[in-house]
Amino acid sequence: MKIKDNVDVLVVGAGPAGSIAARVLAENNVDVLVLDKKQEIGTPKRCAEGIHSNVLDTVGLKPDPLWVVNETLGAIIYSPSEKKVEINFNDVGIGGYILERKIFEKHLAIDAITSGARYAIKTMALGVIKENGKITGVKAEHMGEEIKIRSKIVIAADGVDSKIAKSAGLNTTNRLEDYESGFQYEMAGLKNINFKYLHLFFGSEVAPIGYVWIFPKIKNTANVGVGILSSRSTPEKNAKYYLDKFIEDHPDIFEDASPIEINAGGVPVSSSIDTFVMDGLMVVGDAAQIVNPLHGGGIRLAMNSAKIAAEVSVNALKENDFSSSRLYEYERIWEETDGVRVKKLLKVRAFLEKLNDKDFERLADILGAKDIINLSNANYKFLFRLLLTKAPKLLPLAKKFLV
Amino acid sequence: MNVGIRNREAHASILKMRIDRKKCCYCGGCVGACPLNALELWETELVVDEDKCTDCGICVKCCPVGAIEAD
Repeated sequence: MKIKDNVDVLVVGAGPAGSIAARVLAENNVDVLVLDKKQEIGTPKRCAEGIHSNVLDTVGLKPDPLWVVNETLGAIIYSPSEKKVEINFNDVGIGGYILERKIFEKHLAIDAITSGARYAIKTMALGVIKENGKITGVKAEHMGEEIKIRSKIVIAADGVDSKIAKSAGLNTTNRLEDYESGFQYEMAGLKNINFKYLHLFFGSEVAPIGYVWIFPKIKNTANVGVGILSSRSTPEKNAKYYLDKFIEDHPDIFEDASPIEINAGGVPVSSSIDTFVMDGLMVVGDAAQIVNPLHGGGIRLAMNSAKIAAEVSVNALKENDFSSSRLYEYERIWEETDGVRVKKLLKVRAFLEKLNDKDFERLADILGAKDIINLSNANYKFLFRLLLTKAPKLLPLAKKFLV
Repeated sequence: MNVGIRNREAHASILKMRIDRKKCCYCGGCVGACPLNALELWETELVVDEDKCTDCGICVKCCPVGAIEAD
């Protein structure tokens, strides 16, 4: 198949961010081409596949049984001694879904193509074309053949291992202190857990600065994974070590289980890269380190950043202005919306990182379901009053990181 | 499946880092952490550019499966 060599907008990466950008652009009659290095969109997955309804609402999607494989009623959080705090999604007005991510990504691509976008897969973007300081396209390789594609705007949606923004000169390197190292088995044959709930396990022995998750899918299967802070990982005690240990320590759940898939990956938990735009370039999603720094979930923020970038592109194309100062509108809108919450969540993360297992036990005693939802939404003012009366020892720490 | 090092012969004498192709899951976690842009992930190929790699060890630390080793 012939790949176009000149388009208005070139999107690199056909993940959720890339395909949402492509759909929004195509809906506005923009000539858009999406490149992806993989030969199958969505595979391999680097995802725990648990989302809530807001994720879909953000980009106007309705849950579709083609890619929603389980609906969850809530989450159970386990303290280091496995004291449980149960959160019911109904109480906070959200729905919980488990995706089949590979199918979900394909459907996002189908929607974009149906709207008029074009895709080229097994096409690896090697780097940007830069002329007079402006990004004017991308060099790529398709099945052994090197090609050049010109564009007015390049949208880098090429994920955590982004090369495009780096090749343009932006610093998108993840610092080990702001980077979770993740490992996951999709497993069949689990027992003795509630398959309608997400399960999250905390503790320094379980996952240093991170957590273990069990997100149930179809029948008796689930994504069972761990994220640990990369700076705490060692070649011996790495993410896989912690997950294998957790599975061994829980024979009641796993003694009859086996993996049907292995997944791994890095998760940015910073508050984003310094700048998202250059002349002719916008960076979105994981590539811009736009991820929820508290739980590491990235789909909603990635899709929303892509939507904003695409909407700004539509107007920039009408004005025929692709300068960084014109494209900066994307960064400004993001900073004023999601960016505000992400910066607050980073503070919550900094506070939680300083707690030891004993502190976590105390929090499990005093925090209710609503409190945890509030914390995860970066509404933490209530915490000062609560700590003052019930855990005054933690108050100085809260003041240091949350004020 | 292939885990490569550009200019492998020259590499052996210069760099200490090694990728264990039997452990690598091709997740790209190391690529995202490499400060020198020395790693590149293709579909089932992880390539180290020995001209850029300085043996800093960051990839060794963040690999979720311990597939990167250094002496």
